Amino acid sequence: MKRLLFGLSLIVPLAAPAQDAKKEIEKYQQMLGEGSPAELWELEGEALWKKAQGPQNVSFEKCDLGLGAGKVAGAYARLPRYFKDTDQVQDLESRLLTCMTTLQGRSLKDATARLFGNADRPSEMEYLVAYVVGQSRGHKMAAPVSHAKERASYELGKKMFFYRAGNWDFSCASCHGEPDKRIRMQELPMLSQPAGAQKAYTTWPAYRVSNSQLKTMQWRLNDCYRQMRFPEPEFASEATIALTHYLAVTAKGAPYNGPGTKR
Amino acid sequence: MAAGPMKMRATLGSGFTDVRVLMTHPMTTAQSNQPLHFIQSVTVKQNGKTVVEAQISQAVSRNPVFTFRLKGGAKGDKIEVSWLDNKGENASIETAVA
Repeated sequence: MKRLLFGLSLIVPLAAPAQDAKKEIEKYQQMLGEGSPAELWELEGEALWKKAQGPQNVSFEKCDLGLGAGKVAGAYARLPRYFKDTDQVQDLESRLLTCMTTLQGRSLKDATARLFGNADRPSEMEYLVAYVVGQSRGHKMAAPVSHAKERASYELGKKMFFYRAGNWDFSCASCHGEPDKRIRMQELPMLSQPAGAQKAYTTWPAYRVSNSQLKTMQWRLNDCYRQMRFPEPEFASEATIALTHYLAVTAKGAPYNGPGTKR
Repeated sequence: MAAGPMKMRATLGSGFTDVRVLMTHPMTTAQSNQPLHFIQSVTVKQNGKTVVEAQISQAVSRNPVFTFRLKGGAKGDKIEVSWLDNKGENASIETAVA
């Protein structure tokens, strides 16, 4: 990867207009995407999905992600959604926790012991997420907003997106509410509009080359809040699910293309 | 630690075969505080015959991806890629050219 980056810096003259640099970065991202270690996470995740675990000694193969027990294909493209059994709107990570605690009979403490891993030791959650989202590749994003709780979740997420607070008085919209913004060479998609949300949401979760690791959507939001200097949001809380829901609904109609690969 | 998964794809072009292989490996460098652990050699075999013997080092990233083009080839050819690291651990994967 270092070699690729070096090559890139030779191609881009220092004074090149931002457009040219952007093109080169897109080329680099395409090269990354063609051979992404995210696929290795999908393989590990599939093995974990089928592995019997917990006091009940069962696998996730009967886990209901919204399309019925054990139906994985296309399930992620229709999340977050309302689940009758838990009477709440859930995203993928929260639903996986439900399957761990009900289906597999594990304690919440055990299920949430290691939600974010690191390069040396990725977490079970990251592997499982990689596998499940990979099974939605090509499926059009279609997170529902028909149930009253789904509408409430979407509205809460939207409100949160524009809600300014924290030490720096930031909101998600401070960085992601206007077109053509960037931090150094990192483009900031305008997530309140379909085009930006579609581009971003369909390529997350993603393998981050700089971390050598697959990162989940819950991690992405958690780190955004850290960067905004907010208090740390709770994993799979109503708030993080609502924000995910808002983004997923805004990204409606675009074919899912993850897990992605990021710098 | 047991070696993680590998993944390989071999596709036939006109007069060549494109191979892409993903490996799971920490590729720990001298800069980290952990013991050195990196892949030292990668071997590629086509129908049992060695066609590439590569020596790589710590300069290669964690979870490396290799893409290369072999001359010739035919559908169904067996491509085998294996690696050996400095601790003597190894892993291999085999696939048929599609």
